[in-house]
Amino acid sequence: MTVAIDRATGKRRGDRAPRPGLGQRIRNGYQKYWYAYAMIAPVVVVLAVLVGYPLVRGFYLTLTDANSLNSARTIGVNHIAATYKFVGLSNYKEILFGPLSYDRFWSHFLWTVVWTAACVTLHYTIGLGLAMMLNQKLRGRTLYRVLLVLPWAVPTFVTVFSWRIMLADSGALNQVLHALHLPQPQWLEDTFWQRFAAIMVNTWCGVPFMMLSLLGGLQSIDSSLYEAAKMDGANAWQRFRHVTLPGLRAVSSTVVLLGVIWTFNQFAIIFLLFGPTSAPDAQILVTWSYYLGFGQQPRDFAQSAAYGVLLLSIVTVFTSFYFRWLKRNDQLAV
Amino acid sequence: MSTTTLDTPADAPAPAAEPAPRGRRPGERGPLGTVLLHAGLVVASLIALAPVAWLIYLSLGPAKDDYLHPGKIAGKMSFSNYSFVLQHTEFFDWFKSTMIVALGTTVVGVLLAATTGYAVSRMRFPGYKQLMWILLLTQAFPIAVLIVPMYQIFSDLGLIDSYWALILVNCTTAVPYSAWLLKGYFDTIPFEIDEAGRVDGLTPFGTFFRLILPLARPGLAVAAFYNFITAVAEVAFATTFMLDDSKYTFAVGLQTFVSQHDAEWNYMAATAVLIAIPVAVFFYLVQKNLVTGLTSGGTKG
Repeated sequence: MTVAIDRATGKRRGDRAPRPGLGQRIRNGYQKYWYAYAMIAPVVVVLAVLVGYPLVRGFYLTLTDANSLNSARTIGVNHIAATYKFVGLSNYKEILFGPLSYDRFWSHFLWTVVWTAACVTLHYTIGLGLAMMLNQKLRGRTLYRVLLVLPWAVPTFVTVFSWRIMLADSGALNQVLHALHLPQPQWLEDTFWQRFAAIMVNTWCGVPFMMLSLLGGLQSIDSSLYEAAKMDGANAWQRFRHVTLPGLRAVSSTVVLLGVIWTFNQFAIIFLLFGPTSAPDAQILVTWSYYLGFGQQPRDFAQSAAYGVLLLSIVTVFTSFYFRWLKRNDQLAV
Repeated sequence: MSTTTLDTPADAPAPAAEPAPRGRRPGERGPLGTVLLHAGLVVASLIALAPVAWLIYLSLGPAKDDYLHPGKIAGKMSFSNYSFVLQHTEFFDWFKSTMIVALGTTVVGVLLAATTGYAVSRMRFPGYKQLMWILLLTQAFPIAVLIVPMYQIFSDLGLIDSYWALILVNCTTAVPYSAWLLKGYFDTIPFEIDEAGRVDGLTPFGTFFRLILPLARPGLAVAAFYNFITAVAEVAFATTFMLDDSKYTFAVGLQTFVSQHDAEWNYMAATAVLIAIPVAVFFYLVQKNLVTGLTSGGTKG
């Protein structure tokens, strides 16, 4: 049995004598860990009230046919009680297998998967490239770093607004393309180009975070490893492949997971780039579920919440598989 | 043995076969490498800068359809958009509420995240794994499920239209990642320091507040920046929970601006530039710490 030493108190754990009774264990646990629990209590309470309860309540809504016409509401002085009723799993059935399921769910699902994969791949490769460039000794490194972090530092709704102006029909980008005698796509109208533009803008916004995280990772790699590799005659690619990438494994596994979760749930960029109603084919599942719940009349709360629950399940399944895969490859950073 | 330079960017991971001249010390690159490196970084910086710079440029054009003919702006630049926005809109109200919400989120969020991060960094208590899972998955909770019940809770508590509602909601999105980040940072602080504190008679809380927090400043700065950015950029909750137009945050204020001044994008551009200023100031204050704070923990493996 391993012996763990509690880092704050210096007490040994793990080599416990015969297991005490339940009451004793609770008391022991309380004495040993009360400060840990006291420190996490505020977060647990806030999350339980503001995330846990709404989640349970939202999950209940998915089992009903609630929309804005039958929910409890107040018009003037009259309070109208809720009249929606319990319908079991029929919302899920309709979303996943109903006659409109392809148009409404699966097409958005496929696009969401493509979007997530494309964005995270681009974030990671470009971020890594820039991080490696910034990790060199060169003049003006700080200036480059400040400039490159700019897309992260300026609020999304400001930069996306700027992109919208640049992507508009006669916007800056098309004027440049015109001057170069290149075709000028309808960035904000044509489905393919809408998707292209969304990925482009999200890549622009997401690279700095990856870049900084990976730069931190690069700086922690012992430089003697590179020298040893050079001594052994490794060329640049071999050094990248066998020193840099393994050295970045822990950081990479964490930032890629966060990147997937954040991109999958990326609401602001698509919402702000195309507005709430246009571009139905460029909506990923998150914005599409927001559209169902808030962007149309009557507002379909139940369906919207059901989409949300499906989204959460997808992320949860992905995350547990990812963790299992990391564990098997012994790359767990957590 | 042929040594080669290491300066090829990873997105062009072709084996850089260019052999280095003999006699160069390892880790140095030739003049060509330096030029390529600068060229790459300059191009990337320009791409990063372009949308922001373009917005600033457009905000100087006085007429509302100037964005269609950007070439004409150069001849008639003026700050008239800025003076209009500052004098004739509720800009300062928005500024005030954004600052209250953003700084509130920063203070509350960093405090919550720091205690949590310290607890999960130093102690393995029953429920540890579940807590880490929850912290991770909270970031994946789709707003569409949460927003309706949240609205009901806040209206029951009488917190609709109150800054507290928005601060708390922003904390739920910002704290989990900040706690994760700070856990990583605390992990790099040797726990001999905690032990020394304990030996000298400090309580766990005393150790945390007097020894660990001062040492964790870079990590705290990054967490603060993350909280601040999240709160300033939050759109969906601010739109739903703030009804009084003098309490709008910038994210909401800018939206109303579009509908009021339908095609007058010049005012919008000016407002957007003004919004970016406080964030840029905050960013400038923390930017030195960004790299160390962001990943020191994740690198430990």
